[in-house]
Amino acid sequence: MEQIKNIIESLLLVADEPLSVDRIRSILDQPEKKEIKKALEELMSEYENRKGGFFLREVAGGYQFRTRPEYREWIKRLIQPKPIRLSKAALETLAIIAYKQPIIRNDIEHIRGVNCGGILRMLLERKLVRVLGRKAIPGRPLVYATTKQFLEVFELKNLEDLPTPQEIKELDDSVPKNRD
Amino acid sequence: MKEDVYKVQIENIFEGPMDLLVHLIKKHEMDIYDIPIALITEQYLKYLEWMKSINIDIAGDFILMASTLTKIKSKMLLPVHGEEDEDEDPRLEIVKPLEEYLRIRSAADKLASRNLLGEDTFVRNPHQENFSADQDGEIIKVGLFELIDAFQKILERISAQRGVDILTADTISVRDRIAQLIDTFETKKSVTFNELFSSNVDKSEVVVTFLAILEMVRLSLITIAQNIQTGTIRLFYL
Repeated sequence: MEQIKNIIESLLLVADEPLSVDRIRSILDQPEKKEIKKALEELMSEYENRKGGFFLREVAGGYQFRTRPEYREWIKRLIQPKPIRLSKAALETLAIIAYKQPIIRNDIEHIRGVNCGGILRMLLERKLVRVLGRKAIPGRPLVYATTKQFLEVFELKNLEDLPTPQEIKELDDSVPKNRD
Repeated sequence: MKEDVYKVQIENIFEGPMDLLVHLIKKHEMDIYDIPIALITEQYLKYLEWMKSINIDIAGDFILMASTLTKIKSKMLLPVHGEEDEDEDPRLEIVKPLEEYLRIRSAADKLASRNLLGEDTFVRNPHQENFSADQDGEIIKVGLFELIDAFQKILERISAQRGVDILTADTISVRDRIAQLIDTFETKKSVTFNELFSSNVDKSEVVVTFLAILEMVRLSLITIAQNIQTGTIRLFYL
């Protein structure tokens, strides 16, 4: 048991994408999914308790070591990453696709009330969004959905892990009400 | 006063009519379930006027919203006769989309506040390539010229096979070809460049297929890589 945990830990260190339980299982010739999951959970809490520079996260259907956000500024001194900075418009478009996928462009534009062609192209280029296929309606419009990369970038386990948008009632409270 | 309006505008460049509406609702502390429609219509039109005066081209979307608002306003003014309208509030026409839009805005904010990869959190090997260890040896990304080269070879092969082009009745559009190719990729994940052309020897079809591939690359549906040793070009579905 202890050994499995170590093997998994070593795999996680070398893997260049989130490792899924299935993938680990195929590598280990290990039929028991439960055992792998247990080892992963133990690893996760070990790294959590250690409070070191990184931790083990569950993202995009797999597990991956990631640095703690507290140290972002130091890492940026080391690697100067390309900033992913997304505009408000891009984030809105992405949110619509994430919550409503599969969705056609027309429906996206209907919600935002503006043309989204340029933003969609940019999201496609950044691989946050992909074309799933075409919808069987006149004009056969392209159908959009989010990618695995999207889950990785936003640190989501899967699509169910998407944060629930605030209900409007609450939102209303954050906006000061009419004074009586 | 004038300066005040100016300032607000510079800080908020409204991307669309919904954006502007939300701004006005917040600014005037309105309840979205009880919007004073006359006031908001007036404010909305005022902004459009102002935008015109500083020579911002007003997009059709803004005008459409203005007409919707005006329509609702006039409906509100009409006395309600009988029961046929079932007291449906004409304002629902904008309240529903507004709700939806606000929900999306809050979702977008929540997404933005997460620990973003490459911004807040990092992985050990950030410069990963998309196509992981390949089936047939070392591969490199392909540029446009290699692609055109490969395309020319296929065209040559075709003209060698038949001297004259036969007119075919049913030509396929680039769009439909993309749909077909997506089907192929869904099942196969990756295909060699030549495989895509082996079955059809008609020149126009070859051209359509090639255009479809270019379009799919542009849409980031596929990436193209070439084996260093064999020169085989392979297309990967993303």
